[in-house]
Amino acid sequence: MSAVIGFLEQLGSRATGSIHRLGFASRFLLLTLRNSGMCFRRFSLVVREIYFAGVLSLIIILVSGLFVGMVLGLQGYDTLVRYGSSSALGVLVALSLVRELGPVVAGLLFASRAGSAITAEIGLMKATEQLAAMEMMAVDPIARVIAPRFWAGVISMPLLAAMFSAMGVFGGYLVGVRLIGVDEGSFWSQMQAAVDFHEDILNGVIKSVVFGVAVTWIAVFEGYDAPPTAEGVSGATTRTVVTSSLAILALDFMLTAFMFRGD
Amino acid sequence: MCLRAAAPSTETRGGFSLVECALRVSRRCRSVPTKPATDNLVEAENVNFAYDSRQILKGINLSIRRGQVVAIMGLSGCGKTTLLRLIGGALRPTRGEVRVGGKAVAKLNHEELFALRRRMGMLFQFGALFTDMSCYDNVAFQMREHTDLPEELIDDLVLMKLQAVGLRGAHHLMPSELSGGMARRVALARTTALDPMLIMYDEPFAGLDPVSMGVIGQLIRRLNDSLGATSIIVTHDVAEALQLVDYVYFMSDGVIIARGTPEELRVSDKPFAHQFVYGETDGPMPFHYPADDYARDLCAGDA
Repeated sequence: MSAVIGFLEQLGSRATGSIHRLGFASRFLLLTLRNSGMCFRRFSLVVREIYFAGVLSLIIILVSGLFVGMVLGLQGYDTLVRYGSSSALGVLVALSLVRELGPVVAGLLFASRAGSAITAEIGLMKATEQLAAMEMMAVDPIARVIAPRFWAGVISMPLLAAMFSAMGVFGGYLVGVRLIGVDEGSFWSQMQAAVDFHEDILNGVIKSVVFGVAVTWIAVFEGYDAPPTAEGVSGATTRTVVTSSLAILALDFMLTAFMFRGD
Repeated sequence: MCLRAAAPSTETRGGFSLVECALRVSRRCRSVPTKPATDNLVEAENVNFAYDSRQILKGINLSIRRGQVVAIMGLSGCGKTTLLRLIGGALRPTRGEVRVGGKAVAKLNHEELFALRRRMGMLFQFGALFTDMSCYDNVAFQMREHTDLPEELIDDLVLMKLQAVGLRGAHHLMPSELSGGMARRVALARTTALDPMLIMYDEPFAGLDPVSMGVIGQLIRRLNDSLGATSIIVTHDVAEALQLVDYVYFMSDGVIIARGTPEELRVSDKPFAHQFVYGETDGPMPFHYPADDYARDLCAGDA
């Protein structure tokens, strides 16, 4: 009996702890938004962070996009050819990438490449008292350190997802048209006819913006909240990748349910 | 110090004369009216502080006169750094009041606290230099954040600050390329960048070799006197501290147990002061963290 009570107590304590943490994270986000004025007045701070979060993630995004597109080309052709619709390969590749794989896979890669780096950097700044030093110099670390990184992530993510999709389409073209021999004209023309700007591209962009907000919010919060020890920073970095990945998948399901209901 | 050095020059840089720019720094940094009500810059009155139920400070009373270099000494964990954080406004006392320049720090709002902090400097234990910036940019950081000085003048001021700590030649180095002593000196230059009225040092001698320790000690004294500032040093390095400070507070277990000038404390017959100054292991300051009876603990293990 006491074991059951102990288990329930532990469960309750974890639940209240999680709610408390979520509330703290929400307040942190509001504080970040409220202190974002300086980022836009001194946009060079954001540009610098876009370089670290966005530009340095380009290689992994572009290479992954190319391979995902090539695999889609191979798998798509294999399925479509059974129904005599191999000319629709361009549509399949483009829609898969623009609607789903572009934002989701780019988001997951962004979380592991840039999100973890942001968390580790902020966590180490905290552990080495750089944030405390900044505060003692009457410079708000939320405005000077957190907000520029947050906005850099929000701006970078849709651009990376777009580049991922573009590279994926190119990969699909290389495999489908150049390697297998699907007609080039029908590959591009069917894609152009089937992909709708609002339904497909805009919704994909909205998804990637939402993922950008979620991943960067989690990354900056975990870094800021990390215990100032080596173990604390390593734990925060792991939590960023795990929580961001789960958040992306859950948000993707919700957004897809709202955006593509088939009506 | 930078103001004194800049004053004789009438050279013009970027549309400003050095004198004019120096005065702009001075006005910005000293924007709060500074007519002193008392001769004391820092006053603590019955200050208590606790983390949850753990009492850290118990009724601290101290006053630090303008222009003095004061050491707060005591064993690790006695509450020295907590006291420094209360003076800097990073923590609020659970009871009592800390006043800096006549203002109760805990009662200031965010803007007022930041205005006060612009007139303070703090040297952290391991420097806390920004690792993504060079030494030069670290020293220039506050000037760029809090003043609208032209970059040409900032360049002059930064080089003067680095010259004062003997590291002008290292301005291009990153913090990872510096030794512990050099990092502490760059941090000292950064701390004094805006000529603060109050400089706080948290364990400035920790982990330094004897030469670096001597250099840092001399710099602290020299910078304090040339800036007309007031300095508080939290340390447990007795020998170094007694050579350079004007007044000493000894703390133990959250209370001030002795105070006086270095000369008074060297000849003091108070057991606490004697034990600390001469580094005796046996005395009123316990070596052991409070614990249950030793014999009973050992017997409990056997059972």
